[in-house]
Amino acid sequence: MVNLIVIFMAIVLVNNFVLSQFLGICSFLGVSNKMSSAVGMGGAVVFVMVIAEAVTWPVMQLLNKFDIGYLQTVVFILVIAALVQFVEMFMKKYLPALQKALGIFLPLITTNCAILGATINAISYGYSFAESMVYSFGAGVGYMVAMILFAGIREEKLYNTEGVPTPFKGVGIILVSASIMALSFMGFTGMFQ
Amino acid sequence: MEKKSKLAILTNGIIKENPTLVLLLGTCPFLATSSSLINALGMGLSATAVLICSNVVISMLRKVIPDKVRIPCYIVVIAGFVTLVQFVLQAYAPGINKALGVFIPLIVVNCIILGRAEAFANKNTVFDSLLDGIGMGLGFTLALAAMGAIRELLGTGCLLGMTIIPNFSIGFFNLPPGGFFVFGVLIAIIQAATKGKALKAKSFSCGLCPMYNSCNTAEANEEVAAAAAVQKGAQA
Repeated sequence: MVNLIVIFMAIVLVNNFVLSQFLGICSFLGVSNKMSSAVGMGGAVVFVMVIAEAVTWPVMQLLNKFDIGYLQTVVFILVIAALVQFVEMFMKKYLPALQKALGIFLPLITTNCAILGATINAISYGYSFAESMVYSFGAGVGYMVAMILFAGIREEKLYNTEGVPTPFKGVGIILVSASIMALSFMGFTGMFQ
Repeated sequence: MEKKSKLAILTNGIIKENPTLVLLLGTCPFLATSSSLINALGMGLSATAVLICSNVVISMLRKVIPDKVRIPCYIVVIAGFVTLVQFVLQAYAPGINKALGVFIPLIVVNCIILGRAEAFANKNTVFDSLLDGIGMGLGFTLALAAMGAIRELLGTGCLLGMTIIPNFSIGFFNLPPGGFFVFGVLIAIIQAATKGKALKAKSFSCGLCPMYNSCNTAEANEEVAAAAAVQKGAQA
């Protein structure tokens, strides 16, 4: 149990997926311009990440059993793509409220490297099923936390104020603010081993 | 589409539409693998190899692949080549393979490769797609190498493991925050050098994504329409 808590806290704070492992940067920068989109995208990532992990972990055991572990990349991306389609159809039919909140972000998620990254990482760390479920949930929560914090900063429109030098306006200052945020997250380094 | 000369197709990706520094694509591997020059070169060349192969194969198959399932087809082709590259690296460069870790399999979801398949390879001849793949790949590799060189030099005082500036190191540049920072400064330098003309995008948004047209999320569409209206207003 303690082990699971450590895995969770470490992936949310210390090895934050976005800010220290650089996974899911495209969507982190692209969708964080509005708080409502950031919350929706974060929720969708947590949701898909956990389901993807629950499916890919047994699939990997199957691949290993037939000694074709090298097909991991091909099989995982196809499983995730099919899964996202299936989840979308299921939600449309049975959970229309959830579909409304998260649905529009689902097509984006197939090519989000955070999802594929989490599933591959959990395998390469040799986690058990319970551990990998906690790991992927934590990874999703870490992504959501970073996304919401950053959307909060961007909604303030600090990056368009007079004080910013012209070449930094727009893209440059967003990256520098992300840098400062990543720096603050480095304060957690060493908290969990 | 107007006919471009072969040379223009080749150089397009290196300078005018550099995938990372101008189109702002492929930011994940760009930030993650640029902490040293050798990692940056390893990543750049691996992605280039996949990009060239997938561009050629997708261009060959462009009349066979049904339009509705084209994205899954692209992903399968790309994933196949990524697995090949993974084998080659495991056999001949195990050190680099270990240092790049999860980012080698993640070439599958690199938006530069999927973006070129969607935007170029499925509309152009095999030879043009080959040139486009080489150009875009080199553009990505050069940008990555520049970033890797800056971060390694400032972070450790070394280049490719050789000491350039003795007793000098600013650890910040080797760490994740340094990646964001150097990228931001590089973009600012390009903006200053071209007087803000290089980057078409004012800010990061959903519209930059090469998958944008096939994604058509209602909210994202609204956002981009609003951004375009603002841009038009600014021009007028």
